[in-house]
Amino acid sequence: MQPDQLIARFQQRDESAFAELYERYSENILGVIYSVLHDQELSEEVLQDVFIKAWNNASSYNSQKGRFFTWLLNIARNAAIDKTRSKSFKNNKQNQNAAFFVDILEDKNDFSSKVDAIGIKKYIDVLEPICKKVIHLLFFKGYTQKETAEELDIPLGTVKTRNRICINKLRNVLGVT
Amino acid sequence: MIDIQAYIDSGVLELYVYGTLSEAESLEVSRLVALHPELKAEVEQIEAALQQLASAAAPYTPSNFESIQAKIQSKEGDGVIPLSRKRIPAATYLGWAAAVLLLVAVGYQFTEKQKLEEKITTIEREQILQEGKILIAEEDLQKTKALLDVLRDKDVIAVPLGAQAIAPEAYASIYWDKETGKAYVDVRGLPTPPKGKVYQLWSLTLDPLTPTSMAVLNQYDTDGTQLFEIENPNASEAFGITLEPEGGSASPTLEQLYVLGVVEP
Repeated sequence: MQPDQLIARFQQRDESAFAELYERYSENILGVIYSVLHDQELSEEVLQDVFIKAWNNASSYNSQKGRFFTWLLNIARNAAIDKTRSKSFKNNKQNQNAAFFVDILEDKNDFSSKVDAIGIKKYIDVLEPICKKVIHLLFFKGYTQKETAEELDIPLGTVKTRNRICINKLRNVLGVT
Repeated sequence: MIDIQAYIDSGVLELYVYGTLSEAESLEVSRLVALHPELKAEVEQIEAALQQLASAAAPYTPSNFESIQAKIQSKEGDGVIPLSRKRIPAATYLGWAAAVLLLVAVGYQFTEKQKLEEKITTIEREQILQEGKILIAEEDLQKTKALLDVLRDKDVIAVPLGAQAIAPEAYASIYWDKETGKAYVDVRGLPTPPKGKVYQLWSLTLDPLTPTSMAVLNQYDTDGTQLFEIENPNASEAFGITLEPEGGSASPTLEQLYVLGVVEP
């Protein structure tokens, strides 16, 4: 459920509403940022920037244009990509190794209570390579269908349905159906 | 009326949550989602799954909200004029302190700057001096080289002039280029002439003995080389140097003959 009440209060500059939204979204937004940057320190920095930006531009969120989560996602991806152009990012050679979100998931052992760790681990096991790539590009990096089709060299018309199948698998193992 | 299931199966809702649709497409999906609870439920399930997936990709639980709160509050304070009177004196003192500090800093910088400027002037002066010295040294070197070239020339004859009774330690040399008519006389081996006297160089033909004045060496000791360049168009058979009164004499004072040497045939 999207917390519409909370978002409305947040847009009226209610700090406690903002705190609750942060509680709800900070971890998943951090996950998206980290899957782009692969650097804890920089990711934390960007995460803070993203939420400060959200607070300062709270009025620009419009529920008719999309989900609040989507709005935050877009801010986060842009901020993370901006960061990849920064000196501090480029100076760290480790960052240059493009890792898929699944690589991060495979390496990770302690999940927060918000995550169905067993489900996620199961999901990685059943995930096809093409699913890894499609979700990596569309969700984590915010590619368009066209960019994704070109990057993976698959027909444009199949991107949407392929992705749907990949997400359905995720929902099945997590029990969100 | 749209086919809800077909719309869901198309996969457009996933892209809607991703935020990868165009603005127009997103507006259309939002409109339909608001109209159809089935679509809304589907969107929320997709979102819930994605949030779990994204959270799982987070390397750790992010720091708590306080860090953000501190930042947004300090930012909000920027544009606000404080009403509290207590803050004014504190700010004033701080202002004065800053001004004094600035003044001290500026004063220090100024003296440092002056010191540096003085240093630069001194160094520049020294440089000019050194450049002058180098120039003189180069000129000297060139002169010496030119001289050495002359002495080494195969056409030049060296004529040693030996000591006479009046000064048994004295000696001199003539280097003479018959082709160009130039001669060099080296008088380093002669004693410094007494005040009011000068050395005079004579070209001699021997049979009969006829002296011809070549030069009065009145520039003696000016540049320390004691080497003089002289025109000698004469058919000299010998050279002699006598001590004469200032300005030289028309004929040599033979009692004052210091050195004498014969040109080897």
